[in-house]
Amino acid sequence: MSKILKDLYYSDDHEWVKVLENDVVLIGITDFAQSELGDVVFVDLPEEGDELVQGNEFGAVESVKAASDLIAPISGEIIEVNEELAAEPEKVNQEPYEAWFLKVKLNDSKELDNLLDHKAYKEEISE
Amino acid sequence: MIEYNKLIFELSIEDRIGYSLPDTKFNNYNISDLDEVFLRVDNPDLPEVSELDVLRHFTNISNKNFGVENGFYPLGSCTMKYNPKINEEIANSRNFKRLHPLQPIFTTQGAFKVYYDLQKILSEISGLSEFSLNPYAGAHGELIGLMIIKKYHESRGDFHKNKIIIPDSAHGTNPASVVVCGMEVIEIESNERGRVDVDFLKETVSNRDDIAGMMLTNPNTLGMFEDDICKISKLIHEAGGLMYNDGANLNALLGKVRPGDMGFDVMHINLHKTFSTPHGGGGPGSGPVGVTEELSDFLPNPRVKKMDDNFYVENSDEAIGQISSFYGNYLVSLRALIYLLTLGKENIKYVGRYATLNANYIKNALKTVYELPISGNCMHEVVFNGLINKENDVKTLDIAKRLLDYGMHAPTIYFPLLFSQAIMIEPTETESLQTLDEFINIMHKIAIEAKETPDKLKDAPTRTPIRRTDEVFAAKQMIFSYKDYLNYIDKRDN
Amino acid sequence: MFKYFAHTKADIEKMLKSLNIDSMDDLFDELPKEVILDSDYDIPSFMSESELRSYFEELGNQNKELTLFSGLGAYDHYQPAVIDAITSRQEFMTSYTPYQPEVAQGTLQYIFEYQSMIQTLTGMDVSNASMYDGTTSTAEACFMAAAIRKKDKILISRTLNPNTINVIQTYLKFKGLEWDFIESKDGVTNLENLKKKLDNDIAGVVVQNPNFFGIIENYEGFSEIIKDNKSLFIINADISTLGVLKTSYELGADIACGECQSLGMPVSFGGPYLGYLATNKKYVRKMPGRICGYTNDLEGNRAYVLTLQAREQHIRRSKANSNICSNQSLMALFVTIYLSIMGKRGLKKVNNLSYQGSHYLYDKLIETGKFSDPFKKPFLKEFVLETSLSHDLIKEALLENNIFGGFSLASFGEEYENLINFAVTEKRTKSEIDNLIRILEGLS
Repeated sequence: MSKILKDLYYSDDHEWVKVLENDVVLIGITDFAQSELGDVVFVDLPEEGDELVQGNEFGAVESVKAASDLIAPISGEIIEVNEELAAEPEKVNQEPYEAWFLKVKLNDSKELDNLLDHKAYKEEISE
Repeated sequence: MIEYNKLIFELSIEDRIGYSLPDTKFNNYNISDLDEVFLRVDNPDLPEVSELDVLRHFTNISNKNFGVENGFYPLGSCTMKYNPKINEEIANSRNFKRLHPLQPIFTTQGAFKVYYDLQKILSEISGLSEFSLNPYAGAHGELIGLMIIKKYHESRGDFHKNKIIIPDSAHGTNPASVVVCGMEVIEIESNERGRVDVDFLKETVSNRDDIAGMMLTNPNTLGMFEDDICKISKLIHEAGGLMYNDGANLNALLGKVRPGDMGFDVMHINLHKTFSTPHGGGGPGSGPVGVTEELSDFLPNPRVKKMDDNFYVENSDEAIGQISSFYGNYLVSLRALIYLLTLGKENIKYVGRYATLNANYIKNALKTVYELPISGNCMHEVVFNGLINKENDVKTLDIAKRLLDYGMHAPTIYFPLLFSQAIMIEPTETESLQTLDEFINIMHKIAIEAKETPDKLKDAPTRTPIRRTDEVFAAKQMIFSYKDYLNYIDKRDN
Repeated sequence: MFKYFAHTKADIEKMLKSLNIDSMDDLFDELPKEVILDSDYDIPSFMSESELRSYFEELGNQNKELTLFSGLGAYDHYQPAVIDAITSRQEFMTSYTPYQPEVAQGTLQYIFEYQSMIQTLTGMDVSNASMYDGTTSTAEACFMAAAIRKKDKILISRTLNPNTINVIQTYLKFKGLEWDFIESKDGVTNLENLKKKLDNDIAGVVVQNPNFFGIIENYEGFSEIIKDNKSLFIINADISTLGVLKTSYELGADIACGECQSLGMPVSFGGPYLGYLATNKKYVRKMPGRICGYTNDLEGNRAYVLTLQAREQHIRRSKANSNICSNQSLMALFVTIYLSIMGKRGLKKVNNLSYQGSHYLYDKLIETGKFSDPFKKPFLKEFVLETSLSHDLIKEALLENNIFGGFSLASFGEEYENLINFAVTEKRTKSEIDNLIRILEGLS
């Protein structure tokens, strides 16, 4: 059974969004996503200052036998990239909700309404 | 000598040599005369070893390999048939391998005859008009075939035709080739019979005018014959598209039916599968591309042509262009011709029949313990979906690894992607009933082990030169060379 | 009965019985009746083994083995006997892609050794397991640059071998990428022209060293301006020459690629050969083809596996950067054995012997007064000359003496119509070279 946290937003593409303050969020992938992928060996992320556009590809997570594209759950400017993941991609498997990928300044917080809450996401992955 | 584990670099002793080169004859010249701006600073870190060192090293590591002459090699989709020795003997003759590709054509007429005759025979066997032997491999052939399709549409002003339909059971090279060729993929789902759903296909192509064609492997990667093939070809042709046949599974059809007769316009043939040339640990293969007469002007340059009894080379502006240095993997083509002349028309017709008989024999004997997702006659290969009895969570991977312990190569696993525990078995026509029975017995034994001693399977293999490998370590550490290795050891130990 | 089919009549009957059918043809009852073959293929009848031997001996005799004094991408270097002895072992020759590493350590280990040797020759961080040939590896290098830089245009030096240019153009054209040429001046890539053409759209710049004319180019200043433009520098080089010449890395390459035929492979009427491709580690995930990596098995033994497969077509399908699914594995074994035998000294000596022979020939030809050098630039084993003699006359005269040399570059395009090519490897003896000179001296 995959772990789902209550206070996060979720996308259909198995990413989570955590609102830190006002319009700043963290983005990562869910417990379900990491368990489907298996041992994560590489996370391909954009650079600080790059723009995310909701629904567009922005990177990829790679395990030994699979690669999964990352689809931006929201739009905004990347203000920080989690550099730790380069050296320790296994963190994504160990603590998927701690191992954030990007810190993003939202363009429009209304976009969060397009995402799922924990209940809806639970339903999504039980299908 | 299974314990042997040295890298050639670790045998190196300064000042030891393994070569024999002539003495310098022109002392007035020396490479050091070149301005140092052109010369490398350090010597490359190549090993310094004796001739015997080299022989022992490679002989020892060769013993850790499994080849077709070691035992049964039922790798699905790869057609691991016997690679005849006479092919090697003749292909090694200096009358072929010492020819420079640019030497005057009247000094290489025999070599061109080999090229020309092989393309003729391939044309007859496939029911197409002409082949180019220049593509280097199956995937290369796919790309060249798609280029021809694209060029055909462009030559008619149909620049908007850029979609290629591909079933979800296709080899990964198919969609990858489409994108490399600058076109787009429309993937369609297989039906419950593991085949193309004609009604769905009809719906897919209706009201569109951007269909460039369809890529289809027939028999498909589930080993099933696309029995609606004539309808499929008709639908695609009516939509203005061309039919591409991925010839990976041509072996099943030899002597029974020709792709051209089923409506295919373009195809590639894997000489290393169907026509017995050795796989070489992953190459060199050869992927000749054949086309209908209407498309023959688009075949890649250079082309080998015949006038009266003379062969010549032609480069045409209508062609898609050049896709190889010269004439492809020529010595591989030579081997394929030798094989075809060894069989002749009298024997080649049994290849598809025996390959199909062998696969069905295995299917029938294993279907009581292995899950058969699609019933009915298979062609040259059969796909199971793991064990029927799933209680001990024994996976296809475990079954494959256990087979290695029993001295047989594993089948193809986890492909096609349609079934989570796919195990794809292709026996080929060169295997005897006794070998098939032995394989069947072992597969039954493994099924019993899965029930009674599942740990044996999860630990397997234990009798091979090495045990299961740590693939996560490989992907994370990224040690791709001896230099990386030394850096890694240095870091680890300090 | 036939030697490659094991089934006896009794075997077949037994198998049919187990399947509950009367004939093998029953297994094909799903094939549409209208397309089932009702006669044999119209192809030749079978031959016995001795008939085959005679047939191909006769065909082989219609070819002529010549003493090779031209190269242009296929060089007549010496092949140590050890190569054939090892590469013909069935363990290497008949196995397939090392999908099961437990029974494929032989293949995987030599690929690792091959990668290590390409690494040290090019000076780059990482080599893949090999590509089809030097032309396709260069075309794939261009794709790689476009994918890394997310730009659509490649600049190609005019001094590349036209075969390589042709293949690059075919690949780029169909992929929907663009290209332009950097003009040459005095036989080398013109830096001023490069500066003029570098703009924001350029993903990569391709040069060849030694170039189509055999000239060793001076790339001082190239990599700096290419990097300033955020483009990638792609250097195609005959790998054998990197035993002595500046490495691709030292010249500032981001991607190194080219042909390996000169490392132990016979000229083989054009193939099989092998293309190498190497790059910086930061670009490894955009690199096409297989890569072998070092690891351990679960008992801690050394092991080698195919790795970073999530880049490749069998996983990424339409999102893969390349459709390649094999390598020229057995040819990579040729390279690995050759370089093991030659070692660091041998490869240097091969280059020096080739250098000496080619420069001796060059000087002697210039002395005849019938040949002149339009470029007067440094070269290694291959050079081009202009001549007052007819190219056909040279060709005929040499052929009468079983020599292939002085190849006219006219067949590569009008702009080369005055040039002829010579190549001298360590295999050419002094008497062969003197003989060539004598024949050419006598022509008028």
